[in-house]
Amino acid sequence: MTAPTTHTIRIVLPAHLRVLGRVDGEVVLRVDSPVTQRSVLDALEARHPVLRGTIREHGTLRRRAFVRFFACERDLSHEPPDDPLPDAVVTGAEPLLVVGAMAGG
Amino acid sequence: MTGVRVLVGTRKGAFVLTSDGSRRDWEISGPHFPGWEIYHVKGSPADPDRIYASQSGGWFGQLIQRSDDGGRTWNPVGNEFVYEGDVGTHQFFDGTAVPWKFTRVWHLEPSLHDPDTIFAGVEDAALFRSGDGGATWQELPALRGHGTGPSWQPGAGGMCLHTILLDPRDDAHITTAISAAGSFRTDDGGKTWRAINRGLRSDGIPDPDAEVGHCVHHLAMHPTRPDTLFMQKHWDVMRSDDGGENWREISGNLPTDFGFVVEVHAHEPETIYVVPITSDYLHVPFDGKLRVYRSRTGGDEWEPLTRGLPQEHCYVNVLRDAMAVDTLDDCGVYFGTTGGQVYGSPDAGETWAPIVRDLPSVLSVEVQTLP
Repeated sequence: MTAPTTHTIRIVLPAHLRVLGRVDGEVVLRVDSPVTQRSVLDALEARHPVLRGTIREHGTLRRRAFVRFFACERDLSHEPPDDPLPDAVVTGAEPLLVVGAMAGG
Repeated sequence: MTGVRVLVGTRKGAFVLTSDGSRRDWEISGPHFPGWEIYHVKGSPADPDRIYASQSGGWFGQLIQRSDDGGRTWNPVGNEFVYEGDVGTHQFFDGTAVPWKFTRVWHLEPSLHDPDTIFAGVEDAALFRSGDGGATWQELPALRGHGTGPSWQPGAGGMCLHTILLDPRDDAHITTAISAAGSFRTDDGGKTWRAINRGLRSDGIPDPDAEVGHCVHHLAMHPTRPDTLFMQKHWDVMRSDDGGENWREISGNLPTDFGFVVEVHAHEPETIYVVPITSDYLHVPFDGKLRVYRSRTGGDEWEPLTRGLPQEHCYVNVLRDAMAVDTLDDCGVYFGTTGGQVYGSPDAGETWAPIVRDLPSVLSVEVQTLP
């Protein structure tokens, strides 16, 4: 059995969550493969427990309705949470963007 | 010298207004949690340095913030509000059955004795309790499980539990109010609840004097008379002298008996305050005049208090948790408006002046009287 590969993942949080998490700039996490929405968000919440419930709902861990996940100029919000993230995110070339959905005018 | 600290929740953050006992000059700090809706901020009666705030927003949900130094610094505590057991359904606006879903905390009520114990009234309507300073929350599920629960439906603002009254004589005695279900009381610390709405009459529901379904906007109680309750209902100002078992209308000569706030003078249990609002379809002061009405007879006979308040072209609202009193000898009275003004009266309502004029829309006002 081979040991999982660990990847350096970059996450960009919206301003409100950077304040809550007391984060300046990007969050950089070490995440074991497979790198998915779920594994990245699990790692993010483990590092910053105050973010629990703000991106995903407590209990169900479903994405909150007005939160979006973007990467590589794609909207990944509706992808299954256990699907692999794009290679560019896995290699750290691109960040995973957590975005508050546009609402209103 | 004693002083007061006014805790203001707004649509875009919290503000703390502080003054000495003269209440002439104010120091204003904030916004705390800028950009977030702060439905309620309230201090512990047992420790004035302990303050809790409900922070929420449509994007990122609910947080609870706690200060242990009188509002200078804050730290997020627990934000997991999970309904106990079978979630069940309630009625939606259109009459369909929808599952209970947590949206936000409307009201925080710290214990009278223990700074680490606090109750939270939430939307969809339920009562939660924390015994560890807000780190964890447990529902008191018997309220939501009241037999009438499936028939409750939201008021225009949502199906919220917005009022929690704690009885100084008995910690097991709690009175709550829910829009739009009515008032409920427990005498055993939340194990069982009774609807206490006898005497209410609401023309907007199929059976006007039904056991539940009334849109109670707010309740108030003087701590020395816990059996006397005052209610601002959707329409009608009401009073009970038997802990909510029976209610009678005390709207008397008010220009309109629609409104949201009701409050009791700190030292005169028969002196009460309301702010009449035109109607359920016109949430602005009657006739464009911002008037607090005071009754010194426990209702029925009311006098307008206008000195220092705008008496023309005023079209703001005063929401249900946006009035409070201090406990200094001459009883300061405070309220906030949806126009962002916070008014204060250092003399029980005789004269008013804005403490601050241009805050975001005010959701709640609470007061701490400092030693």
